[in-house]
Amino acid sequence: MTSRSSAALTIGTLLAVVSSLGAETWKPLSDDGLHDASNPSLEILQEPAEALIILQSDTAGNKVNWVTALQNNEIHPRGSLSGDVEPEILDLDIIMTSTLPLPNVIFPHRPHTEWMRCETCHEELFVSVTGANQINMGNILRGEYCGLCHGAVSFPLTECNRCHSVRPENDLRAPASGAIREPEQ
Amino acid sequence: MNALLRSQVLVLFVALLVPAALSQAEYADVVINTSSEAEDVSPVIFPHWFHRIRFQCSVCHVDLGIKMKAGASGISMDKITSGEFCGACHNGEIAWSSENCDLCHSGRAGLETGIKGGHETGGPGTY
Repeated sequence: MTSRSSAALTIGTLLAVVSSLGAETWKPLSDDGLHDASNPSLEILQEPAEALIILQSDTAGNKVNWVTALQNNEIHPRGSLSGDVEPEILDLDIIMTSTLPLPNVIFPHRPHTEWMRCETCHEELFVSVTGANQINMGNILRGEYCGLCHGAVSFPLTECNRCHSVRPENDLRAPASGAIREPEQ
Repeated sequence: MNALLRSQVLVLFVALLVPAALSQAEYADVVINTSSEAEDVSPVIFPHWFHRIRFQCSVCHVDLGIKMKAGASGISMDKITSGEFCGACHNGEIAWSSENCDLCHSGRAGLETGIKGGHETGGPGTY
């Protein structure tokens, strides 16, 4: 690993640590800066702490690792209003290689398809052709591509290393069977 | 580390940490105030965390046509009471009916439409 990518990784880790320090776990609704504390109906609404404390913990976002919570059967989100749609799991990793000096990005379809059907992302948001989507941190930070969810509802963009997780010069994580490697751009 | 990388890191710090310091809301809470206060009701607060425990993303964002951008879906009380958007569930059968105004219209005065939360970035709530 080069000194530049090492420095960037260190900064990424620091970013995640610093950002987690500022966030208090699960503010009560009456003190979250959004809800009107004088609204008597707040007593009826569920408090985040009550629901989230029993789920697989995490260091960022809702402090819940939603992917693991689902895989552990801690939650059972319906795939349709009536609950009669089962997810179609796709076990296919995409490795994005135009990421230097940071490690390559691995996009795992599996946890995404556990939460979403194909048409949520394809073909409107992402074209199903490797290398055809002009994804970069600039447009992700502007809320496009991955940034539509990551930084809004899925784990936040402070967690650099969760996506930038494959060393380009010496892959420590073997790609899953059938993984597609995007060409250098 | 060269100057370009340093400047990129600085931009990342500002983009990610300044909103985090200003915000207390639960991550991914959505404020919708496109017409609420103009019509003399409180802004709506939609808690993503509560709903994602119960439904996968596609149910709302594909089947019900709710866009992944706060305030962009054209949700109105007329449509909700007709069974569209929130009204597909909030009909007194799957979830409480829309007659319980202040369970959804529960926000403080003056809130701006957008996605809130401790790790808010320049995401779809902003753009």
